[in-house]
Amino acid sequence: MSEIINVQNLVKKYDNNFTAVKNLNLKIRQGEIIALLGPNGAGKTTLISTICGLSSITSGLIKVNGLDVIKDYRKTRELIGLVPQELALEPFEKVINSVKFSRRLFGRKDDNEYIEKLLTKLQLYDKRDNIIKSLSGGMKRRVMIAKALSHNPQILFLDEPTAGVDVELRKDMWSIIKELKNEGVTIILTTHYIEEAEMIADRIGIINHGELLLIEEKKELIKRMSVKTLKVKLKKTLDIIPTKLKKYNLKLIDEGKSFLYYYNTGKERTGITSLLSDMNKIGINLFDIQTEETSLEEIFVKIIKE
Amino acid sequence: MNIRGIHAIYRYEMNRSFRTLIQSLVSPVLSTILYFIVFGAAIGSRMDNISNVSYGAFIVPGLIMLTVQMQSVNNASFGIYFPKFIGTTYELLSAPLSFVEIVIGYVGAATTKAFSIGLIILCTSYLFVDLDIKYPFFMLCFLLITCMTFSLLGFIIGIVSDNFEQLNIVPMLIITPLVFLGGSFYTIDMLPPFWQNFALLNPIVYLISGFRWSFFGVGDVPIFTSIIFMLIFTSICISIIWYIFKTGYKIKN
Repeated sequence: MSEIINVQNLVKKYDNNFTAVKNLNLKIRQGEIIALLGPNGAGKTTLISTICGLSSITSGLIKVNGLDVIKDYRKTRELIGLVPQELALEPFEKVINSVKFSRRLFGRKDDNEYIEKLLTKLQLYDKRDNIIKSLSGGMKRRVMIAKALSHNPQILFLDEPTAGVDVELRKDMWSIIKELKNEGVTIILTTHYIEEAEMIADRIGIINHGELLLIEEKKELIKRMSVKTLKVKLKKTLDIIPTKLKKYNLKLIDEGKSFLYYYNTGKERTGITSLLSDMNKIGINLFDIQTEETSLEEIFVKIIKE
Repeated sequence: MNIRGIHAIYRYEMNRSFRTLIQSLVSPVLSTILYFIVFGAAIGSRMDNISNVSYGAFIVPGLIMLTVQMQSVNNASFGIYFPKFIGTTYELLSAPLSFVEIVIGYVGAATTKAFSIGLIILCTSYLFVDLDIKYPFFMLCFLLITCMTFSLLGFIIGIVSDNFEQLNIVPMLIITPLVFLGGSFYTIDMLPPFWQNFALLNPIVYLISGFRWSFFGVGDVPIFTSIIFMLIFTSICISIIWYIFKTGYKIKN
C-alpha cells in the first residue's frame, strides 16, 4: 500500500505555551483503517486539526498524497473529509441542503444521484427533508458523516465517531466504516473505546502527552504485547510453591487449589511444556487447565503507564 | 478560485434571510416607514426647507444610510458569528477555500441584503415624498460601497465577538449613536459651532453627506472628502480582516 499521509516532526504549540504535539512522525498508508488511541488531552484532535487545516502548525511538515497541506491546501483538502467530535450542525437546515452545502464548499458540482446514494447508505434518505434540529443524536452523527463524505474524499478523519452513542448505533458505525474501507477510503479514527480499535482498525497508534508512543499492526501489537495467563487447578492443595517450580514465578490462588503462570505468546518458547514436565517430576497432579489472553485495553493501559 | 465554494456560502446566507424574511426585510422597512411618517409627514410638514429641499425628502438619504449601515453590520456579524457559535466553522476551514473566498461569500451576501433593503426603502420613500435624484449612478455606487464597507466591519465584529452580548455592543453602543448623530435628520450647520466641529470627528457624517450629495447635489462636506473618507474606512476594514486571517486570530487554534 502506498503512503497517503506523512507527518514529519510535527510540533504544535499554543499561545499559552502548551505543547499539544511534540515532534510527531506518522505515516498512514492508503486504504487502511488506523485507530489513534490516547487519553483525553493526549493530542489526538490537535493532530487531526493540523492535518485538516483547523489549526496552524508551529513547525514540521505534513504531506497528503505527496503534497504540502499548507502550500497545496486546496488539493490536499479536496482529498479529506472530516467528522469532528462535536455535533456541529446548522439546526434549522434540512438534511439534504446541509449535505449539498458541504459538497459545494469543496467546489464540486451538484450530484443528486451521489447524494441520494450516500443518504441511503447512511439510512438518512427518509430523513432528507427533515430539519436537523428534529433528528436524534445518532441521526445527527450520520448527517455529520454524510457531510464529510459529500465530496467523495479519499481520506476520512473520524474524531471519536461513536462517543456517546448506543451500542447498536456503534455497531452500525463500524459496519459503515468497514464498508468505506472496502471502497478504498483511508480512515483515521480517534477513539476512547479500545474495543472499537480492536474491532475495526488495521493499525493502532497510541498517543500520550503529544507524543506517538507506538504505531503498529493491530495483530502484531496484540501478539507482541500479549501476555497469556495459564491457570492450573490442582488435585491437591499446595501451601507454598515447591522450590523446583520457583523459577516459573507462579502465583498461588484459591487457597492453594490453583496457581497462575504468565507467558508471552510472542516468544519462541512459552515454558508450558517444561512446567508441566517439572510438575510431573515432583508429583503434583493437575485437575484442569484454563488460559486467558490480555486484551488490547490492558496493553493500552500498560503502555500509557510506562 | 473556488467559485462554487463562494457561491455555496453566498446562497446559504441568502437562504437564511429568506427563511427569516420578516426579520430580514419587513422589520427594517417597517421601521423606516415609521420614521417617514413621524419625521417626514408629522414633524417635517412644520419644518422649513433645508438647502431648498423639503424636510421629508431631505431625510431620505439619511434614513437609507441609517438602515443599510445597521443591516450590513448585523447581517455580516451574525452570518459569521453563528457558525462560530454552533461550531460549524470547521467546515469552512477544512474546505479548499481561501480566506478571501470566505470573506467574499459572507460579505457579498450581507452586502446584497443591505443593498436590497436600501433600494426597497428608496422605492417606499416615493410613497411619502417627492424625490428627484440628481446623480442616480453615483448614488447606487455610493450605496453599494457603503453596504460593502459596513458588511466588512460586521464581519470583523462577528469574528472578534465571543458571545451574543459582544456581538451587539458595537452596533448598539457605537454605530447607532454615530449614525443618529451623523446628520441623518439634520445638517451639521444646524448645530451650535462647538458641536459642528465635534460632529466632524464622526466618520458617519462624511458617508451621509456624500450620499445626500448624490441626491441633491449638496452635502455637509465636499464630495471628494466623503469619497476619500469612504476609501480610508474601507481600506482599514480590509486591512483588519487581512490581519485576522493571516494570524488566524479567533478563527484557528
